[in-house]
Amino acid sequence: MTDANPGLRGKRPRRSPKDILYSESFRTAVYQIALAAAVALLGFYLYQNVVENLARQNIATGFGFLEQVSQFEIGETLIAYSARDTYGRALAVGLMNTLSVSAAGIVVATVIGFSVGIARVSSNWLLQRLATAYVEIVRNIPVILQVIFWAAVIRNLPAPRQAVELWGLGFLSNRGLTFAMPSAHAAHLWMLAALGAGIALAILASHKAKRHREATGRYIDMLWPCVGLIVGLPLLVWLGFGAPHEISFPERRGFNFAGGATISPEFVALMTGISLYSSGFIAEIVRAGIQATPRGQVEAARSIALRPRFILRYVVLPQALRVIVPPLTSQYVSLIKNSSIAVVIGYPDLVNIGNTVMNQTGQAVEAIAVMMLVYLIVSLATSLLMNLYNRLVAIKER
Amino acid sequence: MSSVPSSPLAAPAAAAYDPDARLSALAWLRANLFSSVWQSLLTLAVAFVLIRFFWFVLDWGVVNAVFYTTDPDVCRAATGACWAVIAEKHRPMLFGLYPYDEHWRLVLMMAIYLGTVVLSLWPRCWNLRFLVPLWIVSSLSIGVLMFGGVLGLRYVPTSEWGGLPLTMLLFTGTVLIGMPVAVLLALGRRAPLPVARGVSVVFIEALRGVPLITILFVAVNVFPLFLPAGVEVNKLLRITVGIAIFFACYQAEVIRGGLQAIPRGQYEAAASLSLSYWQTTRRIILPQALRISLPAITNHIIAAMKNTSFVIIIGLFDILTATTAVMQDPLWRKFYIEAYLFVAAVYLFFGYALSLYARQVEKWIASGRI
Amino acid sequence: MNQTHATGLSVLAALLLAGAGTAAFAQSGDTLAAVKERGEVLCGVHPARHGFAAPDSQGKWSGFEVDFCHAIAAAVFGDANKVRFVALSSQQRFPAIQSGEVDVLARNVTATLSRDTALGLNFAPPIFYTGTGFLVRAADGIEKVEDLDGAAICMAPGSTTERNVAQIFSARGLSYTPVVIENNKQLVDAYVTGRCDALTKDKAALPGVRAFDTEAPGDHVLLPGIYSKEPLAMAVRQGDDKWYDLVKWVTYATFNAEELGVTQANVDEMKASDDPDIQTLLGVIGDNGTKLGVANDWAYAVVKQVGNYEDIYMRHFGPDSPVALDRDQNQLWTDGGLLYGFPMH
Repeated sequence: MTDANPGLRGKRPRRSPKDILYSESFRTAVYQIALAAAVALLGFYLYQNVVENLARQNIATGFGFLEQVSQFEIGETLIAYSARDTYGRALAVGLMNTLSVSAAGIVVATVIGFSVGIARVSSNWLLQRLATAYVEIVRNIPVILQVIFWAAVIRNLPAPRQAVELWGLGFLSNRGLTFAMPSAHAAHLWMLAALGAGIALAILASHKAKRHREATGRYIDMLWPCVGLIVGLPLLVWLGFGAPHEISFPERRGFNFAGGATISPEFVALMTGISLYSSGFIAEIVRAGIQATPRGQVEAARSIALRPRFILRYVVLPQALRVIVPPLTSQYVSLIKNSSIAVVIGYPDLVNIGNTVMNQTGQAVEAIAVMMLVYLIVSLATSLLMNLYNRLVAIKER
Repeated sequence: MSSVPSSPLAAPAAAAYDPDARLSALAWLRANLFSSVWQSLLTLAVAFVLIRFFWFVLDWGVVNAVFYTTDPDVCRAATGACWAVIAEKHRPMLFGLYPYDEHWRLVLMMAIYLGTVVLSLWPRCWNLRFLVPLWIVSSLSIGVLMFGGVLGLRYVPTSEWGGLPLTMLLFTGTVLIGMPVAVLLALGRRAPLPVARGVSVVFIEALRGVPLITILFVAVNVFPLFLPAGVEVNKLLRITVGIAIFFACYQAEVIRGGLQAIPRGQYEAAASLSLSYWQTTRRIILPQALRISLPAITNHIIAAMKNTSFVIIIGLFDILTATTAVMQDPLWRKFYIEAYLFVAAVYLFFGYALSLYARQVEKWIASGRI
Repeated sequence: MNQTHATGLSVLAALLLAGAGTAAFAQSGDTLAAVKERGEVLCGVHPARHGFAAPDSQGKWSGFEVDFCHAIAAAVFGDANKVRFVALSSQQRFPAIQSGEVDVLARNVTATLSRDTALGLNFAPPIFYTGTGFLVRAADGIEKVEDLDGAAICMAPGSTTERNVAQIFSARGLSYTPVVIENNKQLVDAYVTGRCDALTKDKAALPGVRAFDTEAPGDHVLLPGIYSKEPLAMAVRQGDDKWYDLVKWVTYATFNAEELGVTQANVDEMKASDDPDIQTLLGVIGDNGTKLGVANDWAYAVVKQVGNYEDIYMRHFGPDSPVALDRDQNQLWTDGGLLYGFPMH
């Protein structure tokens, strides 16, 4: 030990400039400042270039175009829209179409995905092989090829005049799927409200039953009461309105069909393509989820003579969902993003309409920025919703 | 996965997957197909559907199919598939807009490409002294073959490239550019520097939240405006980089998962050897993280191959775009199903090959070979 | 050691970036100079519009607009082949010209006020006058646009047609379902397979679809009448007058050559003509070339290698071509058409 080591003398070490230069915290700070500066500079440089390029060529900028009259029609609209509305509203129509095709796609993909996923772990060898083959095929063909394929199939269906008749209820033609629908009636809105109330009541009742079970240990089977609430309430409302049963049947008229409801070929093709593709991935997620339940748990449940339905409901599902929900979220988000393939086959989704807007206004930067921002919000919102759901199914420490 | 572990719900048939039990064929059938009345009915139903399906495939695809003809009317007269459309149109489908007389260059290019890739995937060749020269030589020769303009070869601009070679180049470019970016982004997200973390998180999450299509729009329509006047970046390159960055954002999350799985002790051990951040990362952390996340990494690489097909939206002539264009021919238009099945088969083949290889690598890792 | 390693790498990267930046900086703003330096004209064309621009099975481009690209190359380089074609979808065409990916757009662009202003374009004189047209199936018995009430109509996004159809139908109180597809192949496929009752495009583009994309061209008819004004013109970026002048005068040169009777066949003899207008056009006298920044015999090269307006028109829309079209408004003003070349002195 010598005095050469200042640290041991109890005096504060004097730091030479060299020490500072080599100190960890100083270097970290320098790196961070350099990185922040580089990012800021790059951003400024790009911004500067865009502004300069646009100004030099007198290209219009800004988001004022959203207020201008669009002057084009859209084939499918969920909200009122005409060529006299603004570009902003046109984009809103596109967003609604994106959301509706995605919602339908998510439902179909989930139903198929869960069925195939359960079949993947079936004890039936044949079924399990079939499910495996399905998964391998739909997952490994590009989704865009699948969408183009279904669009081609539907376009090559017969024309309305020779449409395939579906048991007198509807028609399948190259104009899409046209089917009988109950004629619009005031009762429908009330029935919808009753359905909502029924679901809410059912949830409340099962919750009560669960509390009761947790408090007393007595199990109340809520399956049929819940079904009764959800189905029965709307049925009662329907009867209360005098059971309106007028149904609008489609019939061939002019170029197309009159009456009934029609789902466009583009919607069918896009929905089929993106949901089949996603169903393969969902099936794998479900399989992994089911296999995540340790076998001993099921055996234990069986040994206390729990009914199979309860084993699924109270032992397997809660554990499986915990594994399933997070990856399922990203599948849903990617399905929504895949719906942008609409632009290839002409379904008027956000990207397709954004495309038209970009062309008519020439403001590529702004139009693409709007599209990206909207998708970002939709993706984040979906993740948020699923995260909330995930919190519901996640392990609760008690 | 060759044998799926049985589910907890499928307890009665569990014996079927027990490797210790050797079952007679009859017992196997009983256990796996006819274990109960319900199972038997299910088996019969599935078997019925399958037989109907295969019967149809045989009838349509083989018995009544036309395998070769140059006359579309022959195909039209047949009730089965028209595989002749592939024989007739395979060149524009596989090679796109590339000048017809120069197609031999693409065949040669694909041979070199596949050879290089196969050699690079073979562990025996994992030696930088071999791989670096190999890649330099093959990239150079692929470049010469594709572009031409030297050695008496006709110059072909990238705007005329197309078909399967273009799909291959897009895919390779995506992985080669995307993987390093992914590693950097993943490290950035786990970096001790808050600024680096912030930049990486925003970048990754923003790009993962938007569809690939919008990124391609940016690459094609907006990116040139970011550059000063007169500076140009080749469109094909812009598109490849766009797909690569999208790929990198997904891959970065996978690699981050691998990084998070590495025990603290590894970092501490490295620190006690006074290794620097980059030394620790390169020699200790990354090799383990990449190994851990390998299955997910391969999934995304396969997805990247499928994602190259998105270029149809911006009019690049990859194999899918070329096929849709070919099927525009009014004489052969009717046989679109055959043509799309062919393209699907090409993707399935490469996807299957990649996943087989990935499984092999996992085995190598498990056995400690790599 | 690794510290220096990392620093070295980042310095290298920075140098590379800077190098790439400065190397490419050489040219800016002056398109003509950039074109000369590059050695070829980058011309944005339609990916597949028979008669206007389409690659053959060998990838060689031909068409009416393709020839005007050749004409520009002939004027700049004296060699009509020094041109590269960039196929652009309707969505890509404007960003492509704005960003400098192409030097000139000869891609069925209708000259309109908003494109001239908000899109930052300059339009050369129209080279083709046409209007919105409808292609329908003969079996449907459609004779006029009123018969299309309730029909599904296929169209490309962002085209002027999309707006025109909205106006044409709303003015007549008719309804329709637009099916909007950007990919031209998918668009035509949707009409041909029967997804749409009508396909709408510029009227001049429809005979090409009928001739090349339908199984039996006789089963399809073009609705008579023109429902809108569609002057198709070449477009360049705003803020580069020199280049704009050149494209403009190449266009006029083809009109004037036809008016003066100078054709591809007789241009060499015409060089000896003592008509001062012809002499000026062909660069025998005057200094038009110097004023435009190209060789003085630029117009001679255009007519010799590509032809005058009539040569170009007849090559692609003449009675013998698969896409035969009457010249209608696309005749010289002296014949009752709209083509009026400004005097070239």
